[in-house]
Parts: sequence; structure tokens; C-alpha cells
Amino acid sequence: MTMFSASIWEESSMGILQVEGINVSYGLSKVLHNVSLKVGKGELVALVGRNGVGKSTTMRAIMGITPSSSGQILWKNRPITKRASHLNARDGLGYVPEERRVFGSLTVWENLDVARRPPREGLEPWTEERVFALFPDLEHFLTRPAGLLSGGQQQMLTIARTLMGNPELILLDEPSEGVAPLIVAQIGKKIRELRDTGVSIIMAEQNLDFVLNLSDRCYVLEKGMIVYHGTAAELRDNEEVQNRYLHI
Amino acid sequence: MTNRSQLAFLALLFLILLAVPFMGSRYLTELTVQVMIFSLLALSLNILVGHIGLVSFGHAAFFAIGGYATAFFLSRWQLPLGIAMPMAVLLASIFALMIGALCVRLKAIYFAMLTLAFSMLVWGIIIKWKPVTGGDDGFVGIALPQFLSSPQNFYWFTLAVVSISTALMWVLSKSTMGQIFVAIRENETRANFLGVNVRQMQLIGFVLAALFAAVAGSLMSMYLRGMYPQSAFWTQSGHIVISVLLGGVHSFVGPILGASLLYLLEVTIHQYTQYWPLVMGLILIIVVLVLPEGLIGLFRKLYTSVRRE
Repeated sequence: MTMFSASIWEESSMGILQVEGINVSYGLSKVLHNVSLKVGKGELVALVGRNGVGKSTTMRAIMGITPSSSGQILWKNRPITKRASHLNARDGLGYVPEERRVFGSLTVWENLDVARRPPREGLEPWTEERVFALFPDLEHFLTRPAGLLSGGQQQMLTIARTLMGNPELILLDEPSEGVAPLIVAQIGKKIRELRDTGVSIIMAEQNLDFVLNLSDRCYVLEKGMIVYHGTAAELRDNEEVQNRYLHI
Repeated sequence: MTNRSQLAFLALLFLILLAVPFMGSRYLTELTVQVMIFSLLALSLNILVGHIGLVSFGHAAFFAIGGYATAFFLSRWQLPLGIAMPMAVLLASIFALMIGALCVRLKAIYFAMLTLAFSMLVWGIIIKWKPVTGGDDGFVGIALPQFLSSPQNFYWFTLAVVSISTALMWVLSKSTMGQIFVAIRENETRANFLGVNVRQMQLIGFVLAALFAAVAGSLMSMYLRGMYPQSAFWTQSGHIVISVLLGGVHSFVGPILGASLLYLLEVTIHQYTQYWPLVMGLILIIVVLVLPEGLIGLFRKLYTSVRRE
């Protein structure tokens, strides 16, 4: 049962990412069924849903880490469905994994250095200075092994690291997961600042308030399928969808 | 160990090595030459084991290729050293590029087994290709340049080559490429989605490791005035792996300590008994069971406990 509301996708904003009916299986169990979504230039799109509904898998499929078995992914109108993830990264897709996966034995500076990629046309290039302006905390720990940072700092570092690759689309996987409420608010602020730079963002989240405050549009996932799609305002007003798919 | 303390250690070591020829013992000078060569060999393997996280059980192949090629170019083609040695290293690197391209497709134990298989293939070729390698008897009698014929001069030459190679490996390990190697060791997937072509970087690391192993092999063949098939045998590869493990894989200087201690132990114990392999086995067991981070890890533990008191 799908409850797509109309008029939510303005065709005038051409999507830079189009996902068309992808399916993903882990072994015999199918985890994504016919998932389709679009992200427009400069848009912040959220994937919401409870634990284990396929949000992360969708992100991993787009990034090429867990390739889809059928369907199509278009990046700036070119198919990238089965392309290797390092090529996707070099082509402007920046993935921020869940659970703050830093390189623990490398220092903060080295974590950033590893991910450095050339700047992209039309977007202001990310330098260390610009990254530290966004995440001032990191500058104090330049020479500290990343494994010794706090959870919130590691989350900032995974985002900062991805920014060093000068992405045009950032895939944020559960940015608010497992960090203290105060840090969640900080991360939310940073994500808004990022969106204001003109970069497109797709974010997987369980935290509904976080999503409604930040995103332009939302896709609700349930059991590997997209069951609702609307603007953040529409989702906020739709208690039925919230109760059925999002509240615990 | 911090970068600063490792650099201090290397500087101190270099000063000691500068003094060795003046201590008046020819035995000590010659022994130190061998220790330096095995240290270089262990350092080269650590690019793979410690940095990229790939354990090769066939590293001796490139040591042997470097040695045999140097012997061949110097003696048969009578090329000057300045050409023969770089050519030998280049040849070993080309072999590494071909072998590595196949090996880095595999992970962990499969990678280790395939490197072992290729090194035994190299050993087999050395044994059978008598006209070039001398087969079982080895390549005996290398035409060494005049200036290297005195033990003193050979010592200085070895010290220069090993120091420059070590410095290059240090710079490499601290470069962006070195950091990317560590990132791959920690998590391939993570490095991959940050835009790192993991297979390509592993191959580059494989070739660089082989290149420095070939330098060590080249020095060894000149030191011995010959090259022998045992240098490519799997026990030689095992010896290098044990050196690296004994010293400690996650520091730059660890392999130097491991290779030095292992070789000095071997030389000493050989004077008393023929059962050196038994002792080496015991060392390996001790390292694996109680010294997972090698000598460097042991020193670190001692240092912290002394400081606490």
C-alpha cells in the first residue's frame, strides 16, 4: 500500500540522483523491493523508517558498496548502477557511514588527508581551513589518533572526511545515532550549514524530529519498500503515516 | 612509539653504525653488513604486512631475483655497478608487478598462499635454469667492482644504500600514500568509498616492497660474492615474516629490531648447536603467544609501567 502525495516533486528541479526500482538481496533474503527515489540539486532528502527497514542498504546500494541486482541508478543522468564505490566517490558521491567509522590509528589530519579529492566545478572547494571552520573542535585534535576521539567528535570527523572529497551529493547514514542529545542538535546545525552551501544531501534517519527539522522531502521505508513520500511539512501533518510506520 | 622517538632511534642507530668500522673488528664489521641487509629486507616486507595489512609468504622471491640479476648483470654482461644494480631492482619490480597483479585480487590466507606459490616457482626456475643461475650450486663468483673489494668500503657502501632506502621508506610511510596504506589495512570498504582504488594501491605497495627487497638481495649477492637458491626458498620468506613479527608490525623501526635480533641469535646459536630451527620455532611461539606487538610492544609496556612507578 503506497500513499504518495501528488505535487511534491517539482519537475523544474532536475534530479541529480534518480533511483529507479532497485532490488537488493543479501544471499537469499531480499532486503530492498523496487525502491525508487530522486534527489534534486541542493535538496536535502531524508529516508526515514524504523530499524532494519533498508535505509542503510539503500544508501550502500547508491554508493556501490552493496550493488543492486536489478533496477537502475542514474547520477546526473548517467547510469552508475553497478559502478565500484571508489569511482562513485571520485565522481562526487560522498558517503558518511553510520556508527562513526573513522580510521582509528590514523590521526585526525591523516583521516582527512586520505579522503582528499580535487575540487569540483560549481562548488566551493573544501580545504582544511574550511572544514575546521565548520567543525572547530577537530582543529584542536589534529595530531591525535582518531580512535581516541569522543563519539560526537568521531561523527564530525566522518562528515569532515567525506567533505575533503568535495562531494556534490552527501549520503549521511544515521548522523544522530548513538550521540548525546546536545551533540545531535549540533550535528543538525552543521547539516543545515552544509545544505546552505548548495550541496545535495540524502540522509537516513530514525529520529523523526531531526528529519522534520532539516529535510525538504522525506521517503518513508517499511520492510524494504517505500510506503510514503512527501514534503517534510506534509509528513509532519500526517499522523496516520507517523503512527503506522515511524512510532515505536 | 611516536614519530619523534622513532626518528631519534634511527638517528642514534645511524651514529652507532658510523662508528662500527672504527671498532677494529673485521668480524663485527662483516656481521653488521649482514644485519643491515636483513633489516632492510624486513623493513621492505613491513610495507605489506604492517602498512597495507597483507601477509606475503613469498617475499624472498624478490630478494633472490634482485640478487641473481645483480650477479648476472655484473658478471656475465659485465655492466658497471651503477647500471647493474638499478637494472636488477627494476627487473624484480617488473616481476612484482606481474605477480602482484594476480595476488592482490585475493584476500588474507589466499593472498599468502599465492605469494608462497609464486616464490616457489621462482625457486624452481632458479634450480632448473642452470646456465643462468648456476642451479643447485648457486651463482658463484661475482665480478665485484674494485672499490667494493675491501670489507671497509663494502661496509660504507651497504650503510649508504640501506640508509637511503630506509629514509625513502620512512618518507613513504609518512606520506599520503602511506596513510592510504594504513587506511586500507584498517578497513578496505571504508577506504574504497572514500575514493581509494584499493587493488591498485595494494599493487603499488606490493611493487614497492619488492623493490626494496631486491635492493637487499642485490647487496647480499655482492656481499656473498654469489647467490644461492635457498635465498628464494619458502623458509627464507618465513624468516622475514618472523623478523617482522618479532620486531612489531605497527611501528616503523620494529622490523629493524626483529631482523637484527633474529639474525644475531641465529649466528650465536649456530656456534653451539645445529638445532637453530628449533630455537626459531620457540621464538615464534613466544612472539605469537605473549608478544603480539613484538619487541616494540614489549618496550612500550615496560616504559609505561616504569613511568607509572
